[in-house]
Amino acid sequence: MDTVAAEGLLSASWLVIALPLLGAAVLLLGGRRTDAWGHLLGTATVVAAFVLGLLCTVQLAGVEGHAVDAELFTFVSTGSLDVGAGLLVDPLSATFMLLITGVGSLIHVYSIGYMAHDPRRRRFFAYLNLFVAAMLLLVLGDNYVALYVGWEGVGLASYLLIAFWHDRPSAATAAKKAFVMNRVGDVGLALAIFVMFAQLGTVSYEGVFGGVGALAGGTLTALGLLLLLGACGKSGQFPLQAWLPDAMEGPTPVSALIHAATMVTAGVYLIARSAPIYDLTPTARGVVLAVGAITLLYGAIVGCAYDDIKKVLAYSTVSQIGYMFLAVGLGPVGYAAAIAHLLTHGFFKAGLFLGAGSVMHAMGDEVDMRRFGGLARRLPVTFVTFGLGYLALIGFPFLSGYWTKDAIIEAALDRGDWAGWLLGGVAVLGAGLTAFYMTRLMLMTFFGRPRWTEDQHPHESPSVMTAPMVVLAVGSVAAGFLLVQVFPLDTWLEPVFGVPEEAEHVVAPALVGLVVTAVMALGVLAAWLFVGRREVPEVAPARVSPVVRAARRALYADTVNESLFMRPGQWLTRALVWVDNRGVDGAVNGLAATLGGSSSRLGRAQTGFVRSYALGMLGGAVVVAGALLAVTAG
Amino acid sequence: MTIEAPDLSLAALAPLLFVFGAACIGVLVEAFGPRDSRHPVQVAVALVGTLGGLVTTVLLAGTREVTAGGALAVDGAGLFLQATIAGLGALSLLLFAERNLDPARSAFVVSAAVPAGSVRDRELLTVQRVQTEVYPLATFAIGGMMLFVTANDLLVMFVALEVLSLPLYLISGLARRRRLLSQEAAVKYFLLGSFASAFFLYGVALVYGATGTVRLAGVREAVAGAEGGTLVVLGLALLVVGLLFKASVAPFHTWTPDVYQGAPTPVTAFMAACTKVAAFGAILRLLYVAFGTEEWTWRPLVYGVAIVSMVIGAVLGLTQTDLKRMLAYSSVAHAGFLLTGVLGLPATGDAAGSGLPAVMFYLLAYGLTTLGAFAVLTLVRSGEGEATHLSQWAGLAQRSPLTAAVMSLFLLALAGIPLTSGFTGKFAVFRAAIEDGAWPLALVALLASAVAAFFYLRVIVLMYFSEPAVDGPTVGVPGLPTTIVLAVTAAATLLLGIVPGAVLGLADRAAIFVG
Repeated sequence: MDTVAAEGLLSASWLVIALPLLGAAVLLLGGRRTDAWGHLLGTATVVAAFVLGLLCTVQLAGVEGHAVDAELFTFVSTGSLDVGAGLLVDPLSATFMLLITGVGSLIHVYSIGYMAHDPRRRRFFAYLNLFVAAMLLLVLGDNYVALYVGWEGVGLASYLLIAFWHDRPSAATAAKKAFVMNRVGDVGLALAIFVMFAQLGTVSYEGVFGGVGALAGGTLTALGLLLLLGACGKSGQFPLQAWLPDAMEGPTPVSALIHAATMVTAGVYLIARSAPIYDLTPTARGVVLAVGAITLLYGAIVGCAYDDIKKVLAYSTVSQIGYMFLAVGLGPVGYAAAIAHLLTHGFFKAGLFLGAGSVMHAMGDEVDMRRFGGLARRLPVTFVTFGLGYLALIGFPFLSGYWTKDAIIEAALDRGDWAGWLLGGVAVLGAGLTAFYMTRLMLMTFFGRPRWTEDQHPHESPSVMTAPMVVLAVGSVAAGFLLVQVFPLDTWLEPVFGVPEEAEHVVAPALVGLVVTAVMALGVLAAWLFVGRREVPEVAPARVSPVVRAARRALYADTVNESLFMRPGQWLTRALVWVDNRGVDGAVNGLAATLGGSSSRLGRAQTGFVRSYALGMLGGAVVVAGALLAVTAG
Repeated sequence: MTIEAPDLSLAALAPLLFVFGAACIGVLVEAFGPRDSRHPVQVAVALVGTLGGLVTTVLLAGTREVTAGGALAVDGAGLFLQATIAGLGALSLLLFAERNLDPARSAFVVSAAVPAGSVRDRELLTVQRVQTEVYPLATFAIGGMMLFVTANDLLVMFVALEVLSLPLYLISGLARRRRLLSQEAAVKYFLLGSFASAFFLYGVALVYGATGTVRLAGVREAVAGAEGGTLVVLGLALLVVGLLFKASVAPFHTWTPDVYQGAPTPVTAFMAACTKVAAFGAILRLLYVAFGTEEWTWRPLVYGVAIVSMVIGAVLGLTQTDLKRMLAYSSVAHAGFLLTGVLGLPATGDAAGSGLPAVMFYLLAYGLTTLGAFAVLTLVRSGEGEATHLSQWAGLAQRSPLTAAVMSLFLLALAGIPLTSGFTGKFAVFRAAIEDGAWPLALVALLASAVAAFFYLRVIVLMYFSEPAVDGPTVGVPGLPTTIVLAVTAAATLLLGIVPGAVLGLADRAAIFVG
């Protein structure tokens, strides 16, 4: 990948990061003085960053090779480690930049309404700005250390925002869980960076990708797996998926921005960015495929059983990111498809979460779908925008999800081997399940008999909230068509991923589209048969099949985590505390007592009598003389 | 028989002439000066003498000559140590001259001859007259120390030892308060010091008997020629014992706690800082110049003595409840640390190696820090004088945050915490020892440092994290002299920890013995 030095507006690309960071700094350091206008400043910085990002991207389109490196300053320079702080603006990072600032702007606007009555609104916007800045650094950095700094920055912002209502124990626990599980992934990423430095002596993308060809196969595979571990942690992929649904304890705009549209896709970005590494290691790529396939099915199955509207959407996110992982695992044919799905998903999932937030806003923060019902008439704007997002997600023909999901399924089938058929089959099955759980959600929320009490008075949200929902709904409808047919994303991304070989289609694309649509229709029908046709009980029925029971408990993922890691961890902690108290402390105290005791005993020699002092000196002199004589004699 | 006049380079002797001249003038002022104006005049004379000595050593930098008929060796190391002694001596004299802290305006007794506890003594206790004999006495001691570190002849060394010791014995007994304790300390110091001097003198006699010379260079030649045998080794043992006594190295340290505690605190500060420098200067010169070829004879001895001193100092310091005694044991431990640096001395040719500059830097750093620590002790007072019991320092930070902070700085430096001069010094001497293969010694030194850190840090914890006692001590407002001392020592402690490069380089360049 050839880059050219940044010129003109592109050399100011650092401002895209600096603006939201400045917003966060002003809001956090300014204290209460900024309460009155803080949320407006926070929104303005992100909108400004979006405009700037848009201008940069337009200029980038005119640059030869579409890749620009803006060197800023030397970040770390010690011995042989030299980390420059530079920004890399290329089609991939520019795409993410637009997604982050674009969706970020909409969600900032939405939050003005959503958080209007929260006493800590300023702090919320400060954290949100901090997140945007860190996420932009993550995607715009031109080396793995900058990515890591951004990676940890978004982790911090995510932690702070999940626990934003930290007086709720469940929110505090969820934040802790997210933090710990992310740490597991972060260790993988950190180790990967260490390996790069140890083996290649550099951490810049340019240096690493230029040097990976010379590495041994084992090292490459290790590198790929370590990066994957990091990606799994951040993106909520199997086996580190359990934190993401719990993270819905945070305010809904946070769920929309961080835990649906942007941060959780950082794993996809990491793998796509590291494409030159994965291209060389089929083993690691195979593991990526497996992770993606397992997660997409897992999320879809569990999503069918939950009654909490946000959790269903969260498992849907887990599942959709599984699709993206599946796509990047396919290699060059899948990268562009993954990014395209990531973008459309960013639109419709953010829209769905904002819609869910609007519903909760109307229902007094109720999240149990068994207490909704018949809301279509009360919340018309929410219903329409949410409905469009729903159709886009399940892959209704010619809406966003249809284009991008089909592309992934086609790419999987195009492998042509048994694995291709298996992966394609899993992806099609996942599409059917998606249609089922999303239809179930729609039916339980917007249709049927109202199951809420009369004193709840559901009402439509203010326009500051509905406007972003409308914009996102438009995106949900049109983005897929635009990205696949009008402005083909794969052409735009060619400077990054290269031109994939034109694969021979095993199954005709039209047939794939037909089959997927048919399976989707089956899913919708099944949901109608199971949920829409009959009365929804207000309490979840207890007598259900083992499959449902397992799905309700997230296929025992938390149980496994608890029995495999948490409890042994607690035992280990207890054992270590015991060793520390009895062993270490005992040794230390014993040593102190010994020293103190010998001090008092030795101190008795200090009698205060000159005669005994003189005797001591004489003894010392005799010993000294004797020792010297012994040394010379011997 | 004709007697040739020895060659005498007055320029090279200028520092000594300055200090001894000031001391003699001080005696004359004492005899003939009017009583009322004696104090400022004496202080001025003593300061001019010591600072003049300091300035002339600086001007002499780079000199390498043996003069006074071969009795004195004016060389880089000698001048560095002379400058250290003169500088620390001047600071000590400033502590002597402090008149704001004691209600009776001086730390020294008005009339030392009046029996302690007598009616006359009680009368004199509150009289604001000051006693000025201490200034010429201390100046003589400083001169003796400066002579000690340049003595190139065992007899001159002995004379210098006596010149520096006798005034010290005297001024140790001049405390204004707790006079009996002070006098007891003086007598003890005198008796044991004489005992040690006898060892030294007998060592001189044995070495002379074996080699027929008292010149260090002559001894070196004779020893290298394998003359003397047992007699020389016995002589070396006795000489070393005499010097280790002055340096308060265990097991010859027993006087240190008693004398440090009993002597007036400014005198203790003077002894702790300057005597240590002088004694180590003489040890270095003796071992390096006279017995440099016998390195493998004395190395095991220094090795063993260093360990004993570090362990005794660190362990015994743990249970001390009096701050002056605690600092005395700290001084014993630091003597052990210094000896680890002495082991870094390679005795080959002209090159001094890493040991000599490391020890020289350590002496300067330790001298400044310990002087500062004792200066802080003079500030904290109760009705009967200085409050040196540990319990009286509880919660001092609440009463006087600045005093507590400055004391903490000195204690951290004594413990060898990074960014203080103590760390730089320890690092230098331990590195010197390790470079010479003495890593087990460095390991013991590290462990001893860890043990010793406990009692330094305990004082800090006490000052900051304990409730102050109801009838706690008061913290006096120091006059200009003590303020200068505190400022200089605190600044030096920090600077030598943060930017030690210049001084380390100076010590490196100066680390040359001639003779």
